[in-house]
Amino acid sequence: MEKVFERTKGLTDTEFGYCPGCHHSVLHRMVAETLEELDILDKTVGVCPVGCAVFMYEYMSCDIIEAAHGRAPAVATGVKRVIPDRIVFSYQGDGDLASIGTAEIVHAAARGENISVIFINNTTYGMTGGQMAPTTLINQKTTTCPTGRNPAVNGYPIRVCEMLATLDGPSYIERVCPTSPAGFAKTKKAIRHAFENQIAGKGFSLVEVLSNCPTHLRMTPIETYRRIDEEMTKVFPPGVFLDR
Amino acid sequence: MGVIKIDRDKCKGCELCVHFCPKGCIAMEDGYNHKGYRPSYFAKENECTGCAICARMCPDVAIEVWR
Ligand SMILES: Cc1ncc(C[n+]2csc(CCOP(=O)(O)OP(=O)(O)O)c2C)c(N)n1
Ligand code: SF4
Ligand code: SF4
Ligand code: SF4
Repeated sequence: MEKVFERTKGLTDTEFGYCPGCHHSVLHRMVAETLEELDILDKTVGVCPVGCAVFMYEYMSCDIIEAAHGRAPAVATGVKRVIPDRIVFSYQGDGDLASIGTAEIVHAAARGENISVIFINNTTYGMTGGQMAPTTLINQKTTTCPTGRNPAVNGYPIRVCEMLATLDGPSYIERVCPTSPAGFAKTKKAIRHAFENQIAGKGFSLVEVLSNCPTHLRMTPIETYRRIDEEMTKVFPPGVFLDR
Repeated sequence: MGVIKIDRDKCKGCELCVHFCPKGCIAMEDGYNHKGYRPSYFAKENECTGCAICARMCPDVAIEVWR
């Protein structure tokens, strides 16, 4: 018999500390597999966020830098401009990228920096206890909007892909939905495309991944997958927004 | 014809592999592993095709597959 699935060399032997069923584990593995498949593990520098994925440096076997909250695109810009033969990516949650780091992501995209951004949108601040994020859905209950997000008080969810796709800088922007075997395959393909674009020198690529946080949504992992399919995709439709 | 091996102590009992196996080969144990989670196990060894869907859906990379 032939072995058809084993742990990628892109991951260290350290077990993920994430909650059961968390998409961070899935997305770390997909990025790690992509780096191994493209044979760029030894020349890749990742920049990790503040948020649950702050521990990404424990799990990935490429080099990782920890940035201040939301500043990963600025750090990635610096690395890429100083050592342009490195492959540089940031990995950021929605609190990190769409709240405290809004300025950094918008300007990195507007400059068309040749970096790849993996954006994990789970509609909440996981690490700090499930607070409202800029991506929290209308009526979604969080610890800081316990009766549900009310637009009159809390405003509306930010659609990062649509917003960045209005700029001339970015090369590739796609939103994906890993909630089924086919969705997983599509997500992996999008991540690979974001790295291939950088290798080809095409400029800024961003993949938004509709994700879960079973712990703070107080759902089973399977229920969170259903919620992504039935509720999140209505507000954040998957698709390719730019590819040029 | 396939064979899977689930690392009992890596498993966090999320049930995603059970949900997505097209052949219903995986089930949940009654006991607990050293992390305190109820792990999954390979329940129907004769029906596995080795498609590796379970391994790809497993967030914790707890499953290896042979075909
Ligand atoms: C400057 C600063 N402000 C606030 C915090 C507190 N803080 C830590 S993580 C986080 C939000 C994380 O949410 P998200 O980016 O959605 O990641 P998740 O944990 O959901 O993956 C906040 C506000 C901090 N660490 N530093
Ligand atoms: S708190 Fe949420 S985002 Fe953080 S590891 Fe747990 S499930 Fe994942
Ligand atoms: S390899 Fe396929 S058939 Fe076998 S247990 Fe996994 S999902 Fe089921
Ligand atoms: S998907 Fe992985 S962690 Fe979840 S129950 Fe199955 S083996 Fe365990």
